[in-house]
Amino acid sequence: MTAPRAFLPWLIAVPVAIGSIGLLFQLLGGLVPSFFFAWGYYFEVLIAGLLQGVMYSLVALGFVLIFKASSIFNFAQGSMALFAALTMVGFMEMGVWWPFAFIISAGVMVLVAVVIERVVLRPLVNQDHIILFMATIGIFYILDGLGQMLWGSDVKVLDIGIPRDPMFALGAIFEGGILINQYDFVAALTGGVLVAVLAVFFQYTRTGRALRAVADDHQAALSVGIPLKTIWVIVWSVAGIVALVAGIIWGGKAGVQFSLALIALKALPVLILGGFTSIPGAIIGGLIIGAGEQVAEVFLGHFVGGAIQDWFAYMLALVFLVFRPQGLFGERIIERV
Amino acid sequence: MLYREAGQFKTDYAADQAIFPILQDRIFLGLFLLLALVAVPLLANEYWLSTILIPFLVFSLAAIGLNLLTGYCGQLSLGTGGFMACGAFFAFKLATAFPDLHIAVVFLLAGVGTAGVGILFGIPSLRIKGFYLAVATLAAQFFLVWVFNKFPWWVNYSSSGVISAPAREIVPGFFITGTQASPVTKYVFLLVFVAILALVAKNLVRGKMGRSWMAIRDMDIAAEIVGIRPLHAKLSAFAISSFFIGIAGALWAFIYTGSVEALAFQIDRSFQVLFMIIIGGLGSILGSFLGAAFIVLLPIFLNNTMLAVDPSISTAIVSHIEFMIFGALIILFLIVEPHGLARLWQITKEKLRLWPFPY
Repeated sequence: MTAPRAFLPWLIAVPVAIGSIGLLFQLLGGLVPSFFFAWGYYFEVLIAGLLQGVMYSLVALGFVLIFKASSIFNFAQGSMALFAALTMVGFMEMGVWWPFAFIISAGVMVLVAVVIERVVLRPLVNQDHIILFMATIGIFYILDGLGQMLWGSDVKVLDIGIPRDPMFALGAIFEGGILINQYDFVAALTGGVLVAVLAVFFQYTRTGRALRAVADDHQAALSVGIPLKTIWVIVWSVAGIVALVAGIIWGGKAGVQFSLALIALKALPVLILGGFTSIPGAIIGGLIIGAGEQVAEVFLGHFVGGAIQDWFAYMLALVFLVFRPQGLFGERIIERV
Repeated sequence: MLYREAGQFKTDYAADQAIFPILQDRIFLGLFLLLALVAVPLLANEYWLSTILIPFLVFSLAAIGLNLLTGYCGQLSLGTGGFMACGAFFAFKLATAFPDLHIAVVFLLAGVGTAGVGILFGIPSLRIKGFYLAVATLAAQFFLVWVFNKFPWWVNYSSSGVISAPAREIVPGFFITGTQASPVTKYVFLLVFVAILALVAKNLVRGKMGRSWMAIRDMDIAAEIVGIRPLHAKLSAFAISSFFIGIAGALWAFIYTGSVEALAFQIDRSFQVLFMIIIGGLGSILGSFLGAAFIVLLPIFLNNTMLAVDPSISTAIVSHIEFMIFGALIILFLIVEPHGLARLWQITKEKLRLWPFPY
């Protein structure tokens, strides 16, 4: 799946990019009086953005998993996150200890995956991509309605005991240190662990190998005896569990509510930046979008009236696409007539 | 029995290329238009006109626009809401800056402006396609809504951020916008306007331009090799599609709702129009109308049925169930007939030609 990549260029390019953007801002700060800039503050914003980016990556990861295995652009990923988080909160409100609630919710997500495969995907095999895409929008509506009907549509608090106090780091280098939100930090760590587990799962288990085979070529995989339908159920289940984790982390931060379903929209630019078919792409794309968005909002936003977060990521991805249509790590697009 | 083309001979090229080559089709369409133009305004009440027929016509136009781009040229777009907002706000600025300009001209100019914006956001389509392009058009959606929401110049510095359509007459004495406008005049104007634009769209897709779009849709590299310029074909599809969608946005703001804010053109609107063309049928002008009718009527129908079954049911539950049924119906539809209502209509016509004989 993933050829060994050259890490050296990244090791050089990333600090250079971060540094040059910082220098550019410093220059701007000298020219424009209303422009506030300090290196410590810049890094603080950057780190906050990167931590936020990990969460985008988590959502994007679910998309990539499904897209790789079945070339379905699953718009329902966001509502799967909402549904999973709602289920978890629902069980916790019944007094279930959160690890058990997590396991039950994961089971529910597997059930959802089985139902989706049976009822939606199987009859739609071999249809156009756009038809499957619309079908996932249908799933989006059903999950949204179902989740809110079962568990109510109020904003719910999801607390699994992650510390929320801010902490300071690197006080020796920058004046006053850098403020890091502990919750974001723990969330990013969880995301990292999840990605590592998934990587091991894909690389070293029998099922993982089958998944990769299906992702490479459906027909070939089918012809060597890999059961496509089982694989789809597994992929949707894994994506459901990823959605559960994403839902817990996002829900814990901002409360479990309808807007959670819309985080999917935040993950889309991450996807086009990283490439629809690449797991490392989803992660690095998430980091770039998260950091870029935060830095742009804080330092440039007030020049154009603020709230540029809504579209900045899309514009970034759009400009990027014009130069590299397959995304950072996407497969090379080869066209044949 | 009645629907049979035996004995209808084509003796010249004009007859051969007619939009409706079969006599019965022409009679049916003529009767239908007569019904819509004369009987409906006389019989329909205000509720029917302003909550069903007017939005239906506005949405039909938007669906035609998106269908030109997605159904005929194969460029998936999720920016419809943004382009509708463009049309609405361009029309508002034009109508307030030039009060003497005729309202129909305002709508058309708003469409032209939106076409320009459409070309701008269509440029990435030259490099990317499929879902990458769909996500790229979301940039248009979010950016445009943000622009209209953020800069008060667009709403003439009104504090509420809402634009209200100024009162304008289509012909002296007949207001189609503003508070004095009666639903009947609005409806008649919309019907004529949309019918003319639909005719334009139908002829576009039958002509050279439409053929080049379809070639690009079916296989862009092959089209390029036989001499179709992707730059021209794709950007013209974006421009003309945006022109229609922009006019639909202007009509939405001026005639359907009367006053509107930028947030009315959120991404839901884009999906709504996309549903219309998928359910109606991709690559079909008739399908745009059928899809619009289906999507406009479905929520009203579901709502009324549920309230009729159990009047005590709470509105929150109704909206949740409505969501679920809506989603389920869409999936069901895609499974049963992925080519949409237009295809069903075609099948019906083919069956009708043979009826009552088996072959």
